[in-house]
Amino acid sequence: MIQISPHAEAALTCTLDERSLYLRRLVLGSVRSAGRGHVGPALSLIEMVRVLYDDILRIDPNNPRDPERDRAILSKGHGCLALYALLADRGFFPLSELDGFCGSDSILGGHPEYGMVPGVEASTGALGHGLSIGVGLALAARMRERNYRTFVLLGDGEINEGSVWEAAMGAAKHGLDNLVAMIDYNKLQSYGPTDYVLPLEPLADKWRSFGFAVQELNGHDVGALRTVLKQVPAVPGKPTAIICHTVKGKGLPAAESNADWHHKNKLSDSELDAIRVAVGDF
Amino acid sequence: MRNTAMNMVHKLAARDERVLYIGSDPGAGTLRAMSKEFPKRHLIEGISEAHIIGMSAGLAMEGFVPYVNTIATFLTRRCYEQVAVDLCLHNLPVRLIANGGGLVYAPLGPTHQAIEDIAIMRALPNMTVVCPCDADEAARMMDKTLDWTGPIYIRLGKGGDAVVSKAEHGFEIGKAILMRPPGDVLMVTTGIMLQRAIAAADLLAAQGVRAGILHMHTVKPLDTEALLQAIRGIKLVATLEEHVPSGGLGSAVAETLIDKLGSGLPAMLRLSLPDRFMHNYGSQDSLLKKHGLAPNAIATSIEHALAASRTSAPQLHST
Repeated sequence: MIQISPHAEAALTCTLDERSLYLRRLVLGSVRSAGRGHVGPALSLIEMVRVLYDDILRIDPNNPRDPERDRAILSKGHGCLALYALLADRGFFPLSELDGFCGSDSILGGHPEYGMVPGVEASTGALGHGLSIGVGLALAARMRERNYRTFVLLGDGEINEGSVWEAAMGAAKHGLDNLVAMIDYNKLQSYGPTDYVLPLEPLADKWRSFGFAVQELNGHDVGALRTVLKQVPAVPGKPTAIICHTVKGKGLPAAESNADWHHKNKLSDSELDAIRVAVGDF
Repeated sequence: MRNTAMNMVHKLAARDERVLYIGSDPGAGTLRAMSKEFPKRHLIEGISEAHIIGMSAGLAMEGFVPYVNTIATFLTRRCYEQVAVDLCLHNLPVRLIANGGGLVYAPLGPTHQAIEDIAIMRALPNMTVVCPCDADEAARMMDKTLDWTGPIYIRLGKGGDAVVSKAEHGFEIGKAILMRPPGDVLMVTTGIMLQRAIAAADLLAAQGVRAGILHMHTVKPLDTEALLQAIRGIKLVATLEEHVPSGGLGSAVAETLIDKLGSGLPAMLRLSLPDRFMHNYGSQDSLLKKHGLAPNAIATSIEHALAASRTSAPQLHST
């Protein structure tokens, strides 16, 4: 019998502060404008991205290619609405771009593209690519004696991909303690529960056995995220894996832990009303 | 050819600190001298091609020029999505050195025979595909890879192939080499089919058939200008490749002729492997012979095609 992590329980019950609600309004505004979007995967990710971009990453929106910047890759590219909201809010591009999401002339596609979106380090969308690219970035920092750090955000369904575990072995081989993998463990992939599709447990043990220093937390707890992320590497000489227990669709009661909200097309009037009740007018 | 290409990686590394060698699990001692001289730039990363391509993309994003090396089938089939997305979509300068292009690994069976690699690499936007014919050309080719924009797929033969390229031909990526002036026939070759084409041309000459040879070492981007120049006044274009019929050199030449000429196309003969996996072993030579790609069979096929083109009275391109 697998024990339910207390962090997972906390993720279900914790409340969201005003900034988290504001970021959700940005995400859902994009979905309303475009009439489509991966809602659940973005909402589970928001606090992870928020803390990274607000408190951790050494980045300059006015100089997004600064060689000394920290690198962040959204390997679960379908969660891009959360990333776009943060990048726009931080000034990498105007907030008005969010309304053009998935439009024919928009810079913001349904998956993020390098070269199109300021602040996006790599084009993702096909799963299982980001950690390997991150290993390359982190190894380059090591070889060039640079101090930037590399953060890779992975989905839980994504880590079904064998390439993720190849990358994990590679990261451990090189002792890349300048590399952090953050796993958005919302326990629900496209079809249904991760336990049904392809069980991941014991997940922390898996990462540990692959040579990572592992932390677990409630991925909606902004304070916990700050504390853990400010202390990376968790163990010198080892890459860090942070298992972020989250709730898919967090903040929208209708969407929470509901696979039907993995990808959403047009939002109905009643759904829009429910969203306003949950996150405020938008 | 393989050793020469490998040693060139070492030489390039000595010249330019951006150069990395990344092997999966190559033969013992591969580039040992480089591993001693530049241990941090000689990386052996395990049988994990998908990861290695992604990691190379990350390194290239930071300004390195990784030369990734393993057996051709594993460098193409195994990690195709990584090659497409991580390398081609980002247009990164990663070089894929594919050991055993074509039927080099004939005795090891179809898992090791790279017979559709040109097609699948050529299909990818931003990818360059190069197939040198011998060790000397491989050295000249490698020299040009350092500053080429975007990814390159390098299809290597086994080594020990007769050296037929000449220093005075030079080497420019994307520039075909006219090895023999065209006559009645133009053979277009890539990789080690050049040696067979030369022997076939000699056999044809003995029969009074003048056959030119255009060595298309770069299949992508195809040298359209050289091709259109070389087919002027000829009666037959014959493409020769160690590859399945779909998507390789023959396809590239046919596509180009159709796109550029539209009508008035020359008669064309595409000589290739059949559209099936090889279930015979033996050697590269024996399999090429079995499938009509030995010099005498090539010459005979061309004679027949030439005769057929005369009787069917095709519209000949004679600009």
